[in-house]
Amino acid sequence: MNRKKEGDVILFDHNHDGIDRRGFLKCMAWAGTGTLCVLHGGVLNSFSLSDPAQKTKHHRGDFSFVQISDSHMGFNKPANPDVVATLKAAITKINALPEPPAFMLHTGDISHLSKPQEFDNVSQILKSACTQDVFFVPGEHDVLEDNGRQYRERFARNTQGNGWYSFDKNGVHFIALVNVMNLKAGGLGNLGGEQLEWLGKDTKHLSRSTPIVVFAHIPLWSVYPDWGWGTDDSAQALSYLKPFGSVTVLNGHIHQTMQKVEGNITFHTAASTAFPQPQPGTAPSPGPMKVPAEQLRHLLGVTDVNYVRNHHALAVIDSSLE
Amino acid sequence: MKTHRSAVAVVLVMLAVLGMYGHSLASSAAAATGAQVNIDNFSFSPNMLTVKAGTAVTWTNRDDIPHTVFSDQNAFMSKTMDTNESFTLTLAKPGTYTYFCTIHPKMTGKIVVQ
Repeated sequence: MNRKKEGDVILFDHNHDGIDRRGFLKCMAWAGTGTLCVLHGGVLNSFSLSDPAQKTKHHRGDFSFVQISDSHMGFNKPANPDVVATLKAAITKINALPEPPAFMLHTGDISHLSKPQEFDNVSQILKSACTQDVFFVPGEHDVLEDNGRQYRERFARNTQGNGWYSFDKNGVHFIALVNVMNLKAGGLGNLGGEQLEWLGKDTKHLSRSTPIVVFAHIPLWSVYPDWGWGTDDSAQALSYLKPFGSVTVLNGHIHQTMQKVEGNITFHTAASTAFPQPQPGTAPSPGPMKVPAEQLRHLLGVTDVNYVRNHHALAVIDSSLE
Repeated sequence: MKTHRSAVAVVLVMLAVLGMYGHSLASSAAAATGAQVNIDNFSFSPNMLTVKAGTAVTWTNRDDIPHTVFSDQNAFMSKTMDTNESFTLTLAKPGTYTYFCTIHPKMTGKIVVQ
C-alpha cells in the first residue's frame, strides 16, 4: 500500500507495549508543518501532505469516516475563549479532506454544561459538514442535568439504556458505548452490568473476521487512572472483543492523541476541538491547558479513519487544525 | 445658596456610596464566616474539614472546569458549579460525610460534623 522509505518508519517500542513514544513525539513535532502521522497496525508512519504518491488507492468497499471529540460548546475560559471558531475550523478541515468521509463520530463532551443551547449550537455548526450522518456518544459534560435527558433527546433516539447502540457500515460493525453515567466515588469511567450484557449479546454472533470499531468517551484502557483516564469495568468489554481479528477503539476525554496496541485491538484517543489538556502527570491536574494563542490550533484536531477492504487494521490519521 | 445645595448633593451621594460599600462589606463578612472549601486543581481543599453542627460550609469552584459535590450518604448534592460559583450547605446532624464530584469522581472529600 504505502511504500515505507528509510527514515519515514519509526519503530521504537522499548516498553514492548505497542506505544511508540519516541516516534510518536517526533511525529507530533512535525505535525504542525503539514505532516500526517498515520497509525497503521500499531506502526507510525509519517507522510508529507504534499506527496501524492502516498495517497491510498481507492477500492470498492473502502470508505473513510472522521472522529471529532470534546467540542465543549459553552466553554469560554482563557484556554480557548472561542470554541465556536475552533469547531468551525475543524469542520472546514474535514470538508477539505481529499477523501470525503462517509460519516462522522463525535466521541462526547459535545457541550460544556449540558445546556440545550450548547447542544443546539453544535448541531447547527455540524450542518455545514460535508456529511450529515453523525453518530454521538455522551461525555460526562453532556449528562450533568436530568440524568442526561437533554443529550438523549437529541442524539440517542432508538438506543438502549443510557444511550448505547450499534450499527453496520460496509461490513464494519460499529459499537457506541456510554461510560460516563453512574460514576462511583473515587472511580473511573463505568459501563455497568446492563450495557456489558448487551455488548456480549451484540458481538456473540458476529463472524470473527468482522472488523469492529468501538467508540466511547472515556478511554477504555488505563491511560492515567490518577486523573480518571480509564474505565473501571472495561476488562469485561474487551474480553468480548478480543476474539475478533480487527478491533479499533476510538475514545476522547483526554484532549490529546494517544494510542496503544494490544493484540488485535488498537486503541486511539482524539484531540479536542476546544482546548488541549496536559500530558499525564505533567501538571497538577488534567484541566484546560493554556498555551500561547498561536499554538492553540496546533494542539486541537480531528481524526480521519480509513478502512481498506481486507486490510487487517484501520488506518487512523490525526491532523491538527493548523 | 447654589453652593450649599451642591455641597448637600455631594454629601448625599457620598453617603449613598458609603452605604452601598458598607452593605457589601457586611455581605462579605457574612460569607467569610462559616467554613470554606476551595475547589482547585481538581481537588477539594481542605480535603477533610471538621465543623460544629449547624455551621454553613461553602464550596467555591476556582477551576476552569465545572465541578459538583455529591454526598455518598445521599445527604446533599449541589447543582453544577462553573468557575467562581458556590454551593453552601448547613449540616445539623453530627457525623462523617464523605462526598465526591460526580463529573470527576476521583475527586473526593470529607466533612466531619461534631
